[in-house]
Amino acid sequence: MVSTQASIEDVWDWLGEVPDPEIPAISLVDLGIIRDITWHGDTLEVTVTPTYSGCPATSVINFEIEAALRDHGIENLSLKRQIAPPWTTDWLSEAGRAKLEAYGIAPPQPAGGPQHCPACKSTAVERISQFGSTPCKAQWRCTDCLEPFDYFKCI
Amino acid sequence: MSVTGLIRLGDNALVLGQRLSEWCGHAPALEEDIALANIALDLIGQTQLWLGLAGDREGQGRSADTLAFHRDAWDFRNLLLVEQPNRDFAVTMMRQFLFDTWHFEALTALTTHDDADISAIAQKSLKEVTYHRERSTDMVIALGDGTEESHIRMQGALDRLWPYVGEMFTRDDDDLTDMVALRPGFDAHAAATLEAATLTQPASDFAHQGGKTGARHSEHLGHMLATMQSLPRSYPDATW
Repeated sequence: MVSTQASIEDVWDWLGEVPDPEIPAISLVDLGIIRDITWHGDTLEVTVTPTYSGCPATSVINFEIEAALRDHGIENLSLKRQIAPPWTTDWLSEAGRAKLEAYGIAPPQPAGGPQHCPACKSTAVERISQFGSTPCKAQWRCTDCLEPFDYFKCI
Repeated sequence: MSVTGLIRLGDNALVLGQRLSEWCGHAPALEEDIALANIALDLIGQTQLWLGLAGDREGQGRSADTLAFHRDAWDFRNLLLVEQPNRDFAVTMMRQFLFDTWHFEALTALTTHDDADISAIAQKSLKEVTYHRERSTDMVIALGDGTEESHIRMQGALDRLWPYVGEMFTRDDDDLTDMVALRPGFDAHAAATLEAATLTQPASDFAHQGGKTGARHSEHLGHMLATMQSLPRSYPDATW
């Protein structure tokens, strides 16, 4: 049979259109959780790594990947979970970091706290709590504009 | 490689995760409520990894859920520390600090385990537990060196829980790493934190034992499991 297999580049592009279910401003590719895409014969294997081991979005993410690829005509699909090397916020794309900030979530910084308030850009910020509305975020506050905001934790 | 060693790690995470979940909706402040629920979530995620691997290696078709919901108290292999009741916020935070400090050392050692699956789970968990330890350390210092009332409660919590520290550093052939070798790292972090918190480490090293061997759990575990397991045991075909 003549194969009409989609190219790996196309699959990356398609997954780059799938929003993260918890933070829809960024895509699964931006988040850095798609680790590999390969064809094994006529089966497309997508390797996914979880952000946090207990993150409830993980099963939704697998469902979204499957739905998106089925829409593009992929029939034989295998999702592989990979936990090592563990996910790190270093794998967030530059585009993803910019989209997070535009969405009002301060992107992760190696220093351990936000660079500035995503709303007014003031550097006068303080931590409210090490945890927030999802496992990947913490709560901070700007002491200039007084807005509370989410910070994407650096791990 | 011992399946019991994997079950111990899974049961520690499961029992403490369930205990922390009991705070959901009851913590003294919204931020603390969210934080405890998040830590519980990490621990339950780690439970799925450890008990999932234990079930695979055992080879009798038991899944992580089967192990979590269809064993009785005497089959659990968690440390006595993690099954102790929440009581007040001081006891909850001190229990968390003592466990996190041990957990951090244990996972660090397991990252270099010869078994690639064990090493992978340890690497994944260690990132989360590093964050847990940072938080509980900050909290012990803030509350120990806080108000007169918070200081009294934190010292009381330390005195109550210290007899459960020794069991973490007992060893036998089922352990996946030498638990005795973890003690210096634990002692260094605990001593520095308790000093900053103006708390006094109890002098006695008496240690309650029987959790990780399953020989003698405290009476608290059965009550906790009765709540945790009631739904899947009452409705064995329930899915969610």
